Amino acid sequence: MEEKFLSRNFEIEKAYNLDIFEEHGGYSTLSKAFSMDTDTIISEMKKSNLRGRGGAGFPTGVKWSFMPRDSDKEKYLVINADEGEPGTFKDRYIMELDPHRLIEGCVITAYTLGLRTGYIFVRGELQHAIRRLERAIKQAYEKGHLGKNIHGKGFDFDLYVHSSAGAYICGEETGLIEGLEGKPGQPRMKPPFPAIVGVFGHPTLVNNVETIASVPFIIERGGDFWASLGIEKNGGPKLFGLSGMIKKPGVYEAPCGITVRELLERFGGGMLDGSDLKAFIPGGSSCAILKPDALDAQMGIETMREAGSSMGTGCVTFIDHTTCMVRLATRLAHFYHHESCGQCTPCREGTGWAYKVINSIEAGRGRPEELELLLDICDSIQGNTICAHGDSLAIPVRSYIKTFTEEFEDHIKHQRCPFKPWRTGKSKSKVSSAA
Amino acid sequence: MSQEESGLKFSEEAERQFQDIISRYPIFPANKIDPKTGEEEKKDQRLAALLPALLLAQGEFGYVSIEVMDYIAQRLNLEPAKVYSTATFYTMYNKQPVGKCHVQVCTTLSCALRGGYELMEYLEDKFGIRVGETSADGKWTLSEVECLASCGTAPMFQATFSDGEIEYYEDLDMSQPQKVEAVLAQINRRLEGLRTPKEMHDA
Ligand SMILES: Cc1cc2nc3c(=O)[nH]c(=O)nc-3n(C[C@H](O)[C@H](O)[C@H](O)COP(=O)(O)O)c2cc1C
Repeated sequence: MEEKFLSRNFEIEKAYNLDIFEEHGGYSTLSKAFSMDTDTIISEMKKSNLRGRGGAGFPTGVKWSFMPRDSDKEKYLVINADEGEPGTFKDRYIMELDPHRLIEGCVITAYTLGLRTGYIFVRGELQHAIRRLERAIKQAYEKGHLGKNIHGKGFDFDLYVHSSAGAYICGEETGLIEGLEGKPGQPRMKPPFPAIVGVFGHPTLVNNVETIASVPFIIERGGDFWASLGIEKNGGPKLFGLSGMIKKPGVYEAPCGITVRELLERFGGGMLDGSDLKAFIPGGSSCAILKPDALDAQMGIETMREAGSSMGTGCVTFIDHTTCMVRLATRLAHFYHHESCGQCTPCREGTGWAYKVINSIEAGRGRPEELELLLDICDSIQGNTICAHGDSLAIPVRSYIKTFTEEFEDHIKHQRCPFKPWRTGKSKSKVSSAA
Repeated sequence: MSQEESGLKFSEEAERQFQDIISRYPIFPANKIDPKTGEEEKKDQRLAALLPALLLAQGEFGYVSIEVMDYIAQRLNLEPAKVYSTATFYTMYNKQPVGKCHVQVCTTLSCALRGGYELMEYLEDKFGIRVGETSADGKWTLSEVECLASCGTAPMFQATFSDGEIEYYEDLDMSQPQKVEAVLAQINRRLEGLRTPKEMHDA
């Protein structure tokens, strides 16, 4: 068994309490970081080949180096804990089971880049995680890991939880900044990037929960060590959330470069009895869908791209032979339409049209020319909007059609869906007073 | 900003939480001298407190009515329109009262695959309502919801209680309905001490 990092404390009882966390070596990397030159820390981060774990995979050390060093404006740290990409459920584990790890990472990050205030932007539904974080932050203040003059180093850093209130688009980093400022989460044009104009108009670093929770380990063991655990350009282990029709769904830690087959067989326990693997989504619903022939693709940003999809958040959904791909595409199109912030026409209108067209195919009313129409809608959305939300519909929908063309054509030809319905209509409930 | 004094008022505990929320956001110098006092003006970032403040208000007053939004606007010194535009963007603010327990079943991806719809139909029968409705006794509202980051423990539902507390109930495999029953019994006990959002609001 490989050494565990991010999930090290998941099995330790009450590791979310400061004393238990410290018993297991927690906060010990702060003194090491404080004794290091901040340029050295950034160069260790670059060497580590850590890639952003929020889905886009931007090299973390490089992002850090974009933060202005000599700015007379106060600079901010914002942790993206909006975890909402369908199929993704890993950041929650860190916040609920090992919240101090995230705090430790925040302090090191803030120290390195001279950030005085941090906000952990958590999706409002994750109230359990919010409670754990709030408690952990309070404990960290009491112990002098947060607040004024941390560890007597003359460095001040305040950290707060900011609860969001239900909007997937706030996961997009500029939508998140709008949400943090109290506005509707409508993403901003980039440039300027948050590193220059972020929250309250100030330079802001936005990183994902898992990204920052990795920082203490990189400080402890060094950038080269972290890089050596992964594959080229993709350093370290990461958390993989496995779900769908498998025997042992859950969150597992494994090195970057592990194949999807290994994840499925070694950790996920294989497919459920009676379920044959039909397809999988490697890293959240915005990724292109892949067939079992891609099972040996390695989990890495470049390797997954070569396989025709993307690593995204690294949370894999396994789909079995009883699942209708047209219906799955309908359901996801519904999601992206529902969550569109409505700001850009191609996304606002396009996601709605895409949903309507796929839905009519699934309902047995599709016409042959509609597959072309759907691809056309995808083309007119992708690349034509302020943020990547629209792309997150266009890319998977196009891939469902291209990968399972026959299934779509079948629905149209026979004017019906051949699969067992999800909604059986068995419920006998009668209409009562409406909400 | 000319709002009437609102008839609403936070309880002592909620007021304490409200002050704590406000204290989390910065106040910057406005680079301007106040002509009346001769002192430097401050530009605060109270708008930033809006999302958490509205959630607090919902737990306090049951739901986010116009009256509640106006109260928050007044408390944060914001134009009411700013509060309306934010409050209507986010799905967790109920603009209409729901039941004492708002049950939201996820049906997005892994939950759809693992029986989320079956769970939903089971609950429809149980509560005697359809998705989107509130039971006549004001106890339950049932909704379908998008992914709640609980894919590894699918199917599941989220219960939001009228006091603002949220719980996830996970791994509700429909081949074992007794598990759902146990969860509902647990929720039922918790509902005993709670008022409906409407009662809270009108109090
Ligand atoms: C529509 C959309 C939703 C996103 N949702 C999330 C999210 O829930 N969590 C997250 O960390 N990043 C999310 N991202 C990515 C962020 O924009 C950003 O890349 C990330 O927070 C950067 O942190 P990292 O470099 O540490 O990954 C989303 C992006 C888009 C376009």
